Amino acid sequence: MANLKPNKSKISFLITFVILFVIWIILSGKFDLFHISLGLISCFLVSYFSWDHLLPDLDVRTLPGVWIRFIRYIPWLLYQILVANIHLLYLVFHPRTQEVIDPRIMRFNTRLKDGMALVTLANSITLTPGTITIYISVFGEVTFHVIDIQSGKTLPFIMEAKVAEIFKE
Amino acid sequence: MNIIVILLMVLGLIFFTGGAVGIIRMPDFYSRLHPAGKLDTMGVFMIMTSLSLYTLQEFTFSALLTAVKIMLIVVFVFITSPTATHAIVDAGVRAGMVPWTKDETREHILE
Repeated sequence: MANLKPNKSKISFLITFVILFVIWIILSGKFDLFHISLGLISCFLVSYFSWDHLLPDLDVRTLPGVWIRFIRYIPWLLYQILVANIHLLYLVFHPRTQEVIDPRIMRFNTRLKDGMALVTLANSITLTPGTITIYISVFGEVTFHVIDIQSGKTLPFIMEAKVAEIFKE
Repeated sequence: MNIIVILLMVLGLIFFTGGAVGIIRMPDFYSRLHPAGKLDTMGVFMIMTSLSLYTLQEFTFSALLTAVKIMLIVVFVFITSPTATHAIVDAGVRAGMVPWTKDETREHILE
């Protein structure tokens, strides 16, 4: 906390505060002075204590671009989740489930380096049905469990390319 | 509007049913987590979307707030569900559980 530039920590604090306060307003739904000031005080306290948790290594120049590309990535991810869900539903209701599925553990090396990118990749893989991330190392080795070959063959690689595009790696 | 709401809700229920049936039908710990963790997420998404559309039928400010709150539930489920699934799988791997594979059963039958 101490070795960061003060300017950086201020921006990080401000972003955390704004996000928290927006959530406070949505959740409380009351706009009188009492509730707003309570929200201001508690958001200030929480972001004062934990501003370095939400945005650990903030880079002000690249941040807006990353967020915009991330928001553009979400609809694609939702579509993939839907398609894979229907596939999994088909597997579950198949009369001979144990013959159709072919669970195994797969490994691949990703070229992503950034921590946030790795987390996004791991969570995306787990969110898509048919694949669960077991382990992802700092050096980019991904281990994941697939329910059948079809769901693990292509999707994680497309996903890796998309995530790499978000974080410009 | 009602048709869309009902359609989404029925779809969500189908996903939930699939999740519950899948937990029973899958052969082992790891593959059971697939329907448990994922079909539920999709079911929550469908049902919560239909509920927020239902509250938005009369478009007032409080209805909008309620709808946004309902969608916030979806956002948090989408963040926490994969994390929880991953934690369970990780626990299984650390405990040294061997995943069920097709070939093993084939050999087993041959013996």
